[in-house]
Amino acid sequence: MITTSNLSKKYKNNEVLNIESLEIPKGQSFGLVGNNGAGKTTYFSLLLDLIQPSTGHIVTNDIQVNRSEDWKPFTSAFIDESFLIGYLTPEEYFYFIGELRGQNKADVNSLVGQFEDFFHGEILGQKKFLRDLSKGNQKKVGIVAALIGNPEVIILDEPFANLDPTTQIRLKGIIKDLAEKQGVTILISSHDLMHVTDVCERIVVLEKGEVVKDLVTSEETLKELEAHFAG
Amino acid sequence: MIKHFISLEWKSFFRSATLGKSIAIKILMGFFVLYFTAIFAIVGFAMTKILGKTYPDVDPLLAFNGFIFFWVIGDLLFRFFFQKLPVMTVKPLLTLPVKRNRIVNYVLGKSALSFVNFLPLFTIIPFAVNLIMNGQSTSSVLVWVFVMVLIILINNFLNFIIENLSAETELSFLPILVFTGILFGLNHFGIIDIADALSKGVLAISESPVFLIVPLTILAILYFYNFKILRKKLFLDSGLKEKVKEVNASDLEWTKNFGDIAPFMQLDLKLIWRNKRTKSSVWMIAIGLLYGLFFYPNPQFQDTVPMFMFVGIFSTGIFLINFGQFIPAWDSGYYKLLMSQNIKYEQYLKSKFTLMALSVVILFVLGIPYVYFGWKILLAHFVAAIYNVGVNTHVIMWGGSYNRKKINLDQKAAFNYQGTGAVQWLIGIPLLLLPMGLFALLYYIINFEIACAVIGVFGVIGIVFHPKLMKLITLKYSESKYKMIDAFNQEN
Repeated sequence: MITTSNLSKKYKNNEVLNIESLEIPKGQSFGLVGNNGAGKTTYFSLLLDLIQPSTGHIVTNDIQVNRSEDWKPFTSAFIDESFLIGYLTPEEYFYFIGELRGQNKADVNSLVGQFEDFFHGEILGQKKFLRDLSKGNQKKVGIVAALIGNPEVIILDEPFANLDPTTQIRLKGIIKDLAEKQGVTILISSHDLMHVTDVCERIVVLEKGEVVKDLVTSEETLKELEAHFAG
Repeated sequence: MIKHFISLEWKSFFRSATLGKSIAIKILMGFFVLYFTAIFAIVGFAMTKILGKTYPDVDPLLAFNGFIFFWVIGDLLFRFFFQKLPVMTVKPLLTLPVKRNRIVNYVLGKSALSFVNFLPLFTIIPFAVNLIMNGQSTSSVLVWVFVMVLIILINNFLNFIIENLSAETELSFLPILVFTGILFGLNHFGIIDIADALSKGVLAISESPVFLIVPLTILAILYFYNFKILRKKLFLDSGLKEKVKEVNASDLEWTKNFGDIAPFMQLDLKLIWRNKRTKSSVWMIAIGLLYGLFFYPNPQFQDTVPMFMFVGIFSTGIFLINFGQFIPAWDSGYYKLLMSQNIKYEQYLKSKFTLMALSVVILFVLGIPYVYFGWKILLAHFVAAIYNVGVNTHVIMWGGSYNRKKINLDQKAAFNYQGTGAVQWLIGIPLLLLPMGLFALLYYIINFEIACAVIGVFGVIGIVFHPKLMKLITLKYSESKYKMIDAFNQEN
């Protein structure tokens, strides 16, 4: 589904990402781990054509992302707060994203309605602008907005950070459900090894922009990862 | 400790976003500071002469004292709108081992050093020097200067109290207007002659410095009152908390008439109405609309016909200029979202175009009463409106593709140069000067009608080629996509 080949990104002489080849099949839940500066966000930004690759390219569904924009209808993402529009209420934001993705208000309402327990009564009907919500609540809005319009590829950068424990557990349920039942390809990055091993079938470790480990998640994966990062 | 505070302040000033922005803005700001300083100083040096001419029989110091009351009122009004107590910056200090009282004293003390407080001194000191040279007693003039400084400081702290009181009310500017209005009214209708009382008071103090105790006491009371308010506010859940307003949502269904650009138009309208910076560009409309009243009633300008075009372009295009010059920076906060969504650049831009074109039409209609000053003015405004829709909208959007400056929507607008770059200054040339120059040229060579016709034809050509031009502009935006994303990502 997503094929990365010879991809690299350089700023001046500083290489921040260099992935020779990486293949992510359809329906996989894919986890990206690494320390700060390992290149996780850079990779996601390249996937979304927000920055230009220095060499190589990414192809999703036979579409090269920096050549054509046809990947946009089936791809959605939440990278950081800059994906939110501060002066809208959560509802307005959902409807706006819905309109861009060809969903009417009823569609959006029924999708968002499924996440009422995820929102914990703090998002809908609050009459607050997004900019006035707490960081955690903003994140919830961003994540749910990324699920609008039946995307085939969902990219979430650090989805667990800033969330309370209850919400983290619920989010794990949502992600698992999407990947298993609905065949959605999910890419997430995280600093939390435990969450990632819980949710993802496959985990790739980035270090200084390069893939150093590519694991199929099993019982031992968490230990292996912990050993890797401890050393 | 104070040393640390000062070094913090120094860094925050020299590393601030507004200062580090660009050399052009630094120069501009420097120019403003110099300009105001110079004006005040010149007034100060010339004060004795001015007063001597207006009140030849009165001692200049006495004449000046008569104006203190009006100065105080004007100063308070000015401060209310432009001077804010910088409380938010102390947030990081709260958890550090610094006594709260000390922080409060520091914030209040700092406010006394604001430029607004120094400005009047540029008038007062030269005036005082002049007085001494003209034979006034040195000691009483020095006391007088000291009283002036005290009055400035009293105003400084009085303003913060008024601001604090009015922060809770819905129409925050009402209390200050009522307060100054009552003072002015009492004086004006002679109920209490405050101006005279103040003038006599100041005179009494400069004659017998013992009375200095009065302004000093007032200042002390105001300071401690401020201290008390601020001390209470220094908690995260009171004063340092940013206010959360309840949303008044409207669904803006009527935008659906515009078809596929409706979601963007809704977004733009909300953008304009819900953010401080954009909201003030709406208020600018009023200024633009009334701009003609500065010129047309004056018979001198009735004959300078090229001015009609300038006023026409300006008054029908004020929103276009104000809003358009920061396309697409208005959306800089969430530009990454827009770029990763399934949107067409063309729709996004078309929504902005439609808004600007609509504003021109509405402003023209609202400006029709100018016909009172002659049909020529109305005709000039009409072709100016066509030119605005056909040419200026496209020019300003094309210029927007060179926009590389992020805008933080929450900040106030007056004297806010965030997001301003060389582009904004350069774009003004084709927008205002080009049509005016062309118009003037044709008017002087041929006649008024031909000049109008040519400007109108340019506008019509622009409207006819609108789809083509939009394609070109869209291409331009697509080309600079990565650069814009990168630039908008940076916190200046």
